[in-house]
Amino acid sequence: MSRLSIFKEKIIVFSLFLCAAFSIFITLGIVWVLFYDSYGFFKRVSMKEFLTGTQWTPLFADPKFGVLPLVAGTFLTTVIALTVALPVGLITAIYISEYAPTKLREVLKPILELLAAVPTVVYGYFALLFLTPWLQKFIPDLSGFNALSPGIIMGIMIVPYVSSVSEDAMRAVPMGIREGSYAMGATRLQTSLRVVVPAAFSGIAAAFIMGISRAVGETMVVAIAAGMMPNWTLNPLEPVQTFTSYIVQVSLGDVPHGTLEYSTIFAVGLVLFVITLAANVVSFFLRIKFRERY
Amino acid sequence: MVKPELAFFDEIKAEVRNLNFYYGDNKVLQDINLSVARGKITALIGPSGCGKTTFLRCFNRMHDLYPGNRYEGEIILHPDGLNILSPEVDPIKVRMQITMVFQKPNPFPKSIYENVVYGLRIRGINKKSYLDEVVEKSLKSAALWDEVKDRLHKPAYDLSGGQQQRLCIARAIATNPAILLFDEPTSALDPIATAKIEELMIELKRELTIIIVTHNMQQAARVSDYTAFMYLGRIIEFGKTDRIFTNPQEKLTEDYITGRFG
Repeated sequence: MSRLSIFKEKIIVFSLFLCAAFSIFITLGIVWVLFYDSYGFFKRVSMKEFLTGTQWTPLFADPKFGVLPLVAGTFLTTVIALTVALPVGLITAIYISEYAPTKLREVLKPILELLAAVPTVVYGYFALLFLTPWLQKFIPDLSGFNALSPGIIMGIMIVPYVSSVSEDAMRAVPMGIREGSYAMGATRLQTSLRVVVPAAFSGIAAAFIMGISRAVGETMVVAIAAGMMPNWTLNPLEPVQTFTSYIVQVSLGDVPHGTLEYSTIFAVGLVLFVITLAANVVSFFLRIKFRERY
Repeated sequence: MVKPELAFFDEIKAEVRNLNFYYGDNKVLQDINLSVARGKITALIGPSGCGKTTFLRCFNRMHDLYPGNRYEGEIILHPDGLNILSPEVDPIKVRMQITMVFQKPNPFPKSIYENVVYGLRIRGINKKSYLDEVVEKSLKSAALWDEVKDRLHKPAYDLSGGQQQRLCIARAIATNPAILLFDEPTSALDPIATAKIEELMIELKRELTIIIVTHNMQQAARVSDYTAFMYLGRIIEFGKTDRIFTNPQEKLTEDYITGRFG
C-alpha cells in the first residue's frame, strides 16, 4: 500500500472513532453540567435540607428546598403508570407471542407500535380533557389536576414498550422448549406461564425496567395533567408535581439565569439522572444474572 | 407392503391403521400400517426425509401444534381401544399418556427437581412428599440420581448435554407414560453418553413401550426388538430387528442397511 492510502485509511478510522465517541462525549458533557451546576446549588442549600425537607417552594419569597414532594409526585405517577403498563404489557406480549395466529400478529404488532408514535403532548391533553372528567363521574373528590389520570395515561403509553421488548424475548425462546412442555401434556397457558415466561425472564425484566425509566422520565403528560403542585402526599386524587414537570416549569423562562432558583433544576435533574442510571444498572445486572442459556 | 408381523407372544400396545399424513397439501406419510409391541422397543430407521420423525410425532399429536397439518387413518391404543388421531380426542390427553424425548436436550429453565416434577405439577399434583419420592425414583431410573442428588435445586442448565438428556428422560418417565417416544435422542451426544442412554432404554422397556427414531443403524440393531424401515413416507419393511438386519426381504432395505444409500 502506498503511503497516501495508508494515510487515507487512518483518516477514515479516526473519523469513525470520532462518530462513535461523539455520543459518549455528549453524555459526559451532560453529566458534567449536571454536577457542576448542582454543586452551585449545594453550596447554598445543605444536602440534608434538600433530601429530607417536605416543602418545595424555591420560587416563593420564602423559599424552601425539600425535594421530597417531587419524589412523592414522581413515585406516585410512576407506580400508577406501572400498575397499568406491566400487567397489560406482559399479557399483551404473551398473547401476541404464544396465542395469536401469524396473520393477526402481523397486524397487531405494528398497530401496537403505532401507540408509541403518538406525541406525548397528545396523551397529556387526553388525560386532562378526557380521562380526568370521565373519572370524576366515578370519583367526585378527584381534582381537575391529579396524579391518577396522567398516571393511567402514562401506563397506556408505556404498554407498547413493555410488550414489544417482552414479546421479542419470548419469541426468542426456542420452539424445542415449548415442545418439551407440550409433550408432557401441558396446555398452552401452562406452557406460556411456566416455561416461556421464565425462559424469557431477563428480557422481560429488562422490559419492565425500561418501562420504569420511561415512567420516571416522562414529562409532557404529567406537566399538562398533574397540576404542577409540589404536594407532599401519596394521595392519587390530588395535584402533584414530578421532577420532570418541575424542570419544565422553571425552564419556561421566567426564572433568571444563574440564580439559586435556576440552579434548583440541576439538582433535581441530578436526582432524576441518578434514578434512571440506577434502573439501567439494575437492568444490566439482571440481564447478566438471568442470561438465557438454551 | 409387508404385513405387520409381531411374534405371537408379544402383546400389541398400539396399532397404526392406514395412516396418511399431510403437511398442507403435501402428503408425507403414505398408507402406514404397523403394530407396536408392548414392553418392547420399536425402531424407525430410514434415510433423511423418509418421514420417520413425522411418523413418530403422530403418536402424541405434536403436529397439532402447527396449523395446516392433517391426519387420515387411525392409531389405536390398546387395551382401551382409543383412536389417538380422532379429532374428538384431546391431544393433551394423548400427550399425558404418550410423551417424548427430543433430539436436542430441552430441559426447562428451572431446577433439576422442578424439571422432573413438571408433568406432575401441571396435573395439579403438589404434595411435597410424593414429589420427592417421584424425583428420586425417576432420576434413579434415568441413571442420573447419583450425579445430581446433592444439587437437585441447582439449574438444569448446569448439567452436561448427556446429563440433560437423561434429565429429559427422567422428566418424561415421572408421570408413568404408556408409551415413550424417542426422536434421535443421542444424535447430539458423545459415544459415552450415547451408551448410557441406550442402556437406559433397555432398562426402561421393562415398564413401558418405546418407539425410537434413529439415524444410526447400529443403535437400532443394539437396542430395538422390532425395526421398521421407512423410505419416501412409506414403511418398506417391518419385522424383528435381528431378522431385518440379517435377512432383509426387500431390496431397498438391504441396500440401506448395507450402506449403499442413505
